[in-house]
Amino acid sequence: MASTEEIRAELAEIVNEVTGIPAEDVQLDKSFTDDLDVDSLSMVEVVVAAEEKFSVRIPDDAVKDLKTVGDAVSYIEKAQAAA
Amino acid sequence: MSEATSDLGQGSTLRHSAVLGLGLHRASRVVPNAEIVDAIDSSDEWIQQRSGIIERRWATPEETVQAMSVSAAREALEDAGVLPGQVDCVIVATVSHMMQTPAVAAAVAHELGSNAAAFDISAACAGFCHGLALASDLVRAGSATHVLVIGVERLSDITDPHDRGTAFIFADGAGAAVVGPSDQPGIGPVVWGSDGEQYDLIRQKEDWREVVAAGSTSMPHLVMQGNAVFRWAAYTMAKIAEETLARTGISVDELDVFVPHQANMRIIDAMARSMKLPEHVTVARDIAHQGNASAASIPLALRQLVLDGEARSGDKALLIAFGAGLSYAAQVIRVP
Repeated sequence: MASTEEIRAELAEIVNEVTGIPAEDVQLDKSFTDDLDVDSLSMVEVVVAAEEKFSVRIPDDAVKDLKTVGDAVSYIEKAQAAA
Repeated sequence: MSEATSDLGQGSTLRHSAVLGLGLHRASRVVPNAEIVDAIDSSDEWIQQRSGIIERRWATPEETVQAMSVSAAREALEDAGVLPGQVDCVIVATVSHMMQTPAVAAAVAHELGSNAAAFDISAACAGFCHGLALASDLVRAGSATHVLVIGVERLSDITDPHDRGTAFIFADGAGAAVVGPSDQPGIGPVVWGSDGEQYDLIRQKEDWREVVAAGSTSMPHLVMQGNAVFRWAAYTMAKIAEETLARTGISVDELDVFVPHQANMRIIDAMARSMKLPEHVTVARDIAHQGNASAASIPLALRQLVLDGEARSGDKALLIAFGAGLSYAAQVIRVP
């Protein structure tokens, strides 16, 4: 099972690939919209790439509750644990 | 007994079909983002970043669905070197012809000087590729020799100028193709389908009967759940594109031109990435100056690539259309 930091780092790489935001800026306390300026369409791209990377399913209904990078990382951790 | 031996005239051989010519009619009013931002409390930058749309085309009152169809059809017939009298079927794909009956196709055929079979089809943004599939099979089986396929919309009539999700997207125009017999295969197999369970994602907001019962004076409008549509279009449709190439028997490296429905530049970019489209493939990005003209978007984009010399005769072009009803259709064609 990947650690929180490993998931964060891999998610940061995805965010970087989709939006060009430096991966080191993608920290757990950062808000996708307010801090990182990830718009909703980029968020969809990040989610789809994360689903593939982490072999989890993140439905549209869940996406709107993922406000921060930490929210997304803990969602992925829970989804992986449940799988 | 003759009945036992009759094949009812069905015959047993198929011939090849191809797109013989293309035509377009761009609605003449150029509407920059600046003209629509106030009603949706937005900005030029936001719209461009969100959709890649710099300006869109809206029709004038004179540019009716019929008038734009005839204009695009004449150009396609001339491009194909086919006379109106040689056309024996006219298919119009549209969701914005506000006369439910008769089909606008019959009026278009008449204005062109033809008594061909004529009917409309409703598959929203996927309409043109549905029409192309029908036309190809009609020609191959011998039901028709020359089929005129037209995608046409006046979405400005049914767009809510105050809806932040759609006001900046939709547009007007027409594109046409002439499909006829060919020595060489020119239209590959269609891959198509629908997901009506998700019909809610893009649809007409109100039933006409509700509009009348409510005493409303405005037309029903289109509504869309953008993020869900984005996800479906960019990723599910990329898989359909790959399946279409597989059915056609070519690899993505053998493709010359990619003409996806011009829904949103972000969808086009995400699809291209998802498909790992090689650099050499020309990607249609007509949406920047046209907006999303639904059923007209693919023929508009393809014709423009030909006019600009970016798509050449004989090129293999993958067309993929998708939209309301989550209906979709894709095929590979040879550029005429």
